[in-house]
Amino acid sequence: MTDAVTVTDLVVDRGHRRVIPGLSCAVPAGRVTGLLGPSGSGKTTLMRALVGVQQVRSGTVTVLGEPAGSPGLRSRVGYVTQAPSVYPDLTVRENARHFAALYGRGARAADDALEAVGLTDAAGQLVADLSGGQRGRASLACALVGEPELLVLDEPTVGLDPVLRVELWERFHALAVAGTTLVVSSHVMDEAGRCDRLLLLREGRLLADSTPAQLRADSGTDDLEESFLRLVRAQQQEVAA
Amino acid sequence: MSTATTVLSPRLTGATTARVLRQLRHDHRTIAMMVLLPSLLLGLLYLLWKDVPSLPGQPSTFDRVGLTMLGIFPFVVMFLVTSIAMLRERTSGTLERLLTTPLSRLDLLLGYGAAFGLAAAAQAVVTVTVATTVYDLQIAGSVWLVVLIAVANAVLGVALGLLASAFARSEFQAVQFMPVIVLPQFFLCGLLVPREQMAGWLQAISDVLPLTYAVEALQEVGRSAAETGTMWTDVGIVAGAAVLALALAAATLRRRTS
Repeated sequence: MTDAVTVTDLVVDRGHRRVIPGLSCAVPAGRVTGLLGPSGSGKTTLMRALVGVQQVRSGTVTVLGEPAGSPGLRSRVGYVTQAPSVYPDLTVRENARHFAALYGRGARAADDALEAVGLTDAAGQLVADLSGGQRGRASLACALVGEPELLVLDEPTVGLDPVLRVELWERFHALAVAGTTLVVSSHVMDEAGRCDRLLLLREGRLLADSTPAQLRADSGTDDLEESFLRLVRAQQQEVAA
Repeated sequence: MSTATTVLSPRLTGATTARVLRQLRHDHRTIAMMVLLPSLLLGLLYLLWKDVPSLPGQPSTFDRVGLTMLGIFPFVVMFLVTSIAMLRERTSGTLERLLTTPLSRLDLLLGYGAAFGLAAAAQAVVTVTVATTVYDLQIAGSVWLVVLIAVANAVLGVALGLLASAFARSEFQAVQFMPVIVLPQFFLCGLLVPREQMAGWLQAISDVLPLTYAVEALQEVGRSAAETGTMWTDVGIVAGAAVLALALAAATLRRRTS
């Protein structure tokens, strides 16, 4: 299995605070990798580094064989921020078509992306008139429309109803089967079980690089939330010792 | 299949222009204000000076001030609209998202310039028509030259707005860049006090402010039926300043932020 992303000794400062103090990890190609950790653990910062909009202090981030943020990567990497980043004063369809145009795709690709996130019926509505969950899906559609090889999604399921959440995860896995690499962040541990691979972050450090099954086996519990807690406690005891 | 990212792509610039115009189209009140407000304000100036006698052989005060305002309105309005639009791109996260796509920074900025330049053209046609018919504004030269200068001014306003928005961290800062960048140019452009009567150092400052040349170009069109070389030089300077500001704005727009 090849790696789509390799991060080596990444150090990131935001303001006067060191949010990632030296992180190395890899993201396997064609899989759904979950980036899990509490709020403030550095998930978003790491994702920003992957898509090349984060100033980094040192270290290297290689994405699909090129340095993160290289011009050549911009049509191959899709990024969905945590807060929906679409134009509220445009309709859903106009948003999708605009981002389709930026990726060199047509109206058909835009319609397909809207269908994929279940927004076909809302296509003519202004984004400002949508519910929070619909806005998030509109934002997701604007990344899907480019059919990127790497899709970086920052908490894409926040505020979604359970049915929709399951549908989206099925969608993510379908994309992975088709060859797309996905990095999906979440602070909800019950979503960790849906990932092929897990990167657990805490205070900018990698707590575990594992699979859900391995994590359960290592910690001796079926509850991933509990596994995470045990890992944190074990690490704290190590530091104290 | 991958779209190469170039410094400038007419297709992506066009996509941005279309998107900005579409956003405007959904905002009917903004369109109405953009098209009608300058005409109404000009009407106020017309009424203000209507009964004030002018010196024989001199253009009336309204002819002089009104013509200059035809250049100043698009400059001020487009500066403000652009500053706010760019700040919205920043705070909504769409700017960061755009910067991860094949769209280049110059595509984005030129796209904005073209969109608001087109909006300014519509505004100028309406304002010039109303000014010359309803308010009887006297212009010796072609009204189309007035429209051209108004559009050049609007693009200058857009370019300076884009540049200023790079330095604004909040909405409060963004609106205050208007008095900082627009008012000194307005004070020193030669409308309030003729440039020849200014103190030498003020005149020197006036010499490097682009609005000065826009106002001079309008005054040339106002008093001369034939196109003058000075007028074209002035238009060139305004356009050059706009291009320079756009280039600076592209250079200050950071793809990577902390």
